[in-house]
Amino acid sequence: MSFQSRLRRSMPGYVFLTPWLIGFFLLSIFPILASLYLSFTDYDTVRAPEWIGLENYQYMFEFDYRFWQSLKVTFLFVFLSVPAKLIFALIVAMVLDKGIRAVGWYRALFYLPSILGGSIAVAILWRQLFNADGVINSALRVFGIQGPYWLSDPSYSLYTLVVLAVWQFGSPMLIFLAGLRAIPQDLYEAAEIDAATPARKFFAITVPMLAPVIFFNLVLQMIEAFKSFSGAFIISGGTGAPLDSLLFFTVYLFSEAFSYFRMGYASALGWVLLIIIAVFTAIAFWTSKYWVHYENERG
Amino acid sequence: MTDATSAQLAAPVALAAQMRAEKTRRNRRAAILKHIFLIAACFVMIYPLLWMIASSLKPNNEIFGQLSLIPSDPQWNNYTRGWNALPVSFTNFFWNSSIITVLSVIGNVLSCSFAAYAFARLEFSGKTIWFALMMMTLMIPYHVVLIPQYLTFLQLGWVNTYLPLVVPRFLASDAFFIFLMIQFFRQLPRELDEAAMIDGCSPFKIYWAIILPLSLPAMTTAAIFSFIWTWEDFLGPLVYLNDIKDYTVPLALRMFLSQDSVSEYGQMFAMSVLSILPIIIFFVIFQRFIIRGIAMSGMK
Repeated sequence: MSFQSRLRRSMPGYVFLTPWLIGFFLLSIFPILASLYLSFTDYDTVRAPEWIGLENYQYMFEFDYRFWQSLKVTFLFVFLSVPAKLIFALIVAMVLDKGIRAVGWYRALFYLPSILGGSIAVAILWRQLFNADGVINSALRVFGIQGPYWLSDPSYSLYTLVVLAVWQFGSPMLIFLAGLRAIPQDLYEAAEIDAATPARKFFAITVPMLAPVIFFNLVLQMIEAFKSFSGAFIISGGTGAPLDSLLFFTVYLFSEAFSYFRMGYASALGWVLLIIIAVFTAIAFWTSKYWVHYENERG
Repeated sequence: MTDATSAQLAAPVALAAQMRAEKTRRNRRAAILKHIFLIAACFVMIYPLLWMIASSLKPNNEIFGQLSLIPSDPQWNNYTRGWNALPVSFTNFFWNSSIITVLSVIGNVLSCSFAAYAFARLEFSGKTIWFALMMMTLMIPYHVVLIPQYLTFLQLGWVNTYLPLVVPRFLASDAFFIFLMIQFFRQLPRELDEAAMIDGCSPFKIYWAIILPLSLPAMTTAAIFSFIWTWEDFLGPLVYLNDIKDYTVPLALRMFLSQDSVSEYGQMFAMSVLSILPIIIFFVIFQRFIIRGIAMSGMK
């Protein structure tokens, strides 16, 4: 085919792609490269960026205890909230899966918190629920437990955000539900004839058949958790307080960039976040071949 | 036939019936237990939201330390006073949020369906590479591109306007929606395009007259999610809007917290309830679309 006819054939495709192409270069490629460049500079938005090589990264790793603190907080949050969220999602999905009337209602009610999850109203609500004299402690008092100062005690504050995240288990639950529906029923019937226990059925049928969906949920929720921002920002008053116990990586990045205008340093932080997410996603994909088997691969 | 033989014949039948009855009884008992568990779990899930609504009607001294959801004396004026509690009234904030949200929804649906149509239905050289790049943008955390984007908009003089919040939406910046629509477009029969092409339809005509009308569920799903995410968006407005007159509802809510004299909790909750009301209304109306959209694409 001649170049011209190929061009003519490709024309409509590129016309339709134009808005995305412009956006892709201006909003993704250019900013990514610019942020990489800025991460090697000292830049305060007033004076021109000054090239300082690896100094931002060096300072970050060697001296910046807040950087390490924010990493610690974020990792703790991811490792606590993601598994808990997925376990809740799976339990509720399994209860909803079979022989239940009014599934639609339950599904909607369980999902509602997820849809409101990012809103500031919910973050404000959470602050009040976990206040020293808030609802959570009132409820605990009914059982004779004196609740801690959830928000002002650094050893508890992160758990309030974990609870907030777990409360939004609705979307992985819906995906699990779709996955459960796709498992052929005759597998369970065969297991019943062999008098398999419920636990055996769960680990020998449900988990392996659901592995691709579990994997999908895991990766998605992990990436979301690494990026979460508004809840921590609102509940900690934008500073990561008390004692930096809510200093999420994104909160730290935001304050470096927009409170102190250390744009170069914040860009370096951004790149660290990008690399962390990429590495963790890669690890998930790499290990998945040992535990995720797709139906059509077996032949 | 004697009574004795008929009784003999009936015995296994009766036993089978008894076993069946036993099984239904067991199933029913399991179902009731499940419902009890589900109703209790639903209550725990929804309680915080109910508490927020209840608190929006309570006087201050009843809000804290109380589990009860029923206000002793409903303070409806929490709503009217909260509406005007900040230096700028909530009429402004709702109007600002509405403008940004409506423009974003239009931008997202249009530009993303354009890109999705190209990827799903048209042939062009380099398609595989562009597609791979598009999927990779799903991975990039917004915080990485945020700073250079901010600096660019700063230089363009767009900071303190709605342009940084709206213009990117017309450039298909949310790859999730492209992905969702591609999934949907691919399910439509190819013969439709071919027949239309033979009839002399241009690709644009096919997109406009065939693909779009048939993809209403996908378009609606994208529009709903676009609405909810823009309405709730906090980081974008926080970065780009500095003048209180331009604030969106989430930024206004945050002002209740930063005020030193936060004593009007009832008013704060009243405005919080109003801020999520549009989302709840959308959710009630479009619940089916939203849930199908999740199952299809795995968005949050």
